[in-house]
Amino acid sequence: MTALASLIRRDIRIALRVGGGALIGVLFFLTVVVLMPFAVGPDLALLARLGPAILWLGALLASLLTLDRLFMADHEDGSLDLITMSRTPLELACAAKALAHWLAAGLPLIVATPVLGLLLNLDVVATGAVALTLLAGTPALTFTGMIGAALAVTLHRGGLLMAVLVLPLSIPVLIFGVAASQAAITGPLSFGAPFSILCALSLVSLVVGPFAAAASLRHGLD
Amino acid sequence: MTPIDLANPTRFLALSARVLPWLAAATVILLTIGLYQSAFAPDDYQQGATVKIMFIHVPNAWLSMFVWGVMSVASLGTLVWRHPLADVAAKAAAPIGAAFTFLALVTGSLWGRPMWGTYWEWDARLTSVLILFLMYLGLMALWRAVEDPSRAARAAAVLTLVGAINLPIIKFSVDWWNTLHQPASVMRMGGSTLDRAFLIPLLVMAIAFTLLFITLHLAAMRNEILRRRVRSLQMMQASQRAA
Repeated sequence: MTALASLIRRDIRIALRVGGGALIGVLFFLTVVVLMPFAVGPDLALLARLGPAILWLGALLASLLTLDRLFMADHEDGSLDLITMSRTPLELACAAKALAHWLAAGLPLIVATPVLGLLLNLDVVATGAVALTLLAGTPALTFTGMIGAALAVTLHRGGLLMAVLVLPLSIPVLIFGVAASQAAITGPLSFGAPFSILCALSLVSLVVGPFAAAASLRHGLD
Repeated sequence: MTPIDLANPTRFLALSARVLPWLAAATVILLTIGLYQSAFAPDDYQQGATVKIMFIHVPNAWLSMFVWGVMSVASLGTLVWRHPLADVAAKAAAPIGAAFTFLALVTGSLWGRPMWGTYWEWDARLTSVLILFLMYLGLMALWRAVEDPSRAARAAAVLTLVGAINLPIIKFSVDWWNTLHQPASVMRMGGSTLDRAFLIPLLVMAIAFTLLFITLHLAAMRNEILRRRVRSLQMMQASQRAA
């Protein structure tokens, strides 16, 4: 337990340090959201209608961007080999790393959502709904994305290949995240049903992600 | 003959060379019968002649999922039993499965235009099959991104098993969500709702397409084995020349 806690603490500390790159995700999120009004035009009514979708897309792309760092830096300096060989089960170590990554790179996105909601002319209820769905949904993005990150690090290929592998898996999260936010804002469907499925997706990925990532690390690293 | 006997590629090549002509002949015969029966099946009282698209669309859709199932079993073979032919089977199946999925999407959209009034609808069944298609393409990209086949095999096996989660979602999407796509009508509790005049040609076509897949898959596996032999011979030659 202490090994996992110290792993989480170490990862967060590295992510927040200079060169850690956790906060670049938030900056990217901000930039994507600011780009949208230039693309669709500064029509406030339209932006309010598209707002949840824009925020979700921005968060999805931002979390994809930072996934590269999940295993790559550890692989380069050799600490990934130490983690693989340690007595802690690799599945738990992967889960701890993903949790640390979510705390350092995923939570800031949710904290930034209210500010970005103002830019998109979202009211308080809408902003709250998007932040709540992001809180429930971004763990699923991190934990399924971890599979892609593990595959990419064993193959020494990152970037586009990882995006191609991870994005199809994240489509259900996007569908139910946006559906739940829209339901909370405009109705007529209930907020509960898509939100429960979103939580279920997060819970499933919490279980599947560490096992798949650990399997690909174990079989792929030599 | 157990799977372990086929671990020797030479033995597999010899066996598949003997089996392939028979499989190909059976595929041609069944496809001919199935196409003939489909062409002369009665028109539907509501859909008219467009119902005949079903005889192509449904087998393609079934096989798009069946092929991912085959790849999942092969992936287990790669990760668990380290069967030397499992990754060949998984690699050879991916493009064929992508082709079946693509055909299912295209025929479905051609059928949707006269029946639903639209080529594409973002409903649960259609979206989940589109995701399946994207995952086939991602898997093929993964196979192409890595030079060493055994390394790529293990990564692809993990991804295939993760992607298998999509299969039950596709199967039950029409039951879980209220969709435009009709619910299951052939394989369901309490018997098929399809009339016998449509059911028999459909089943013949389904068997014919399955045989077509097996034939293509065996041929593709043979090609992959030969391709790997050529590759290792070339590498041997290059290293000899270097020495």
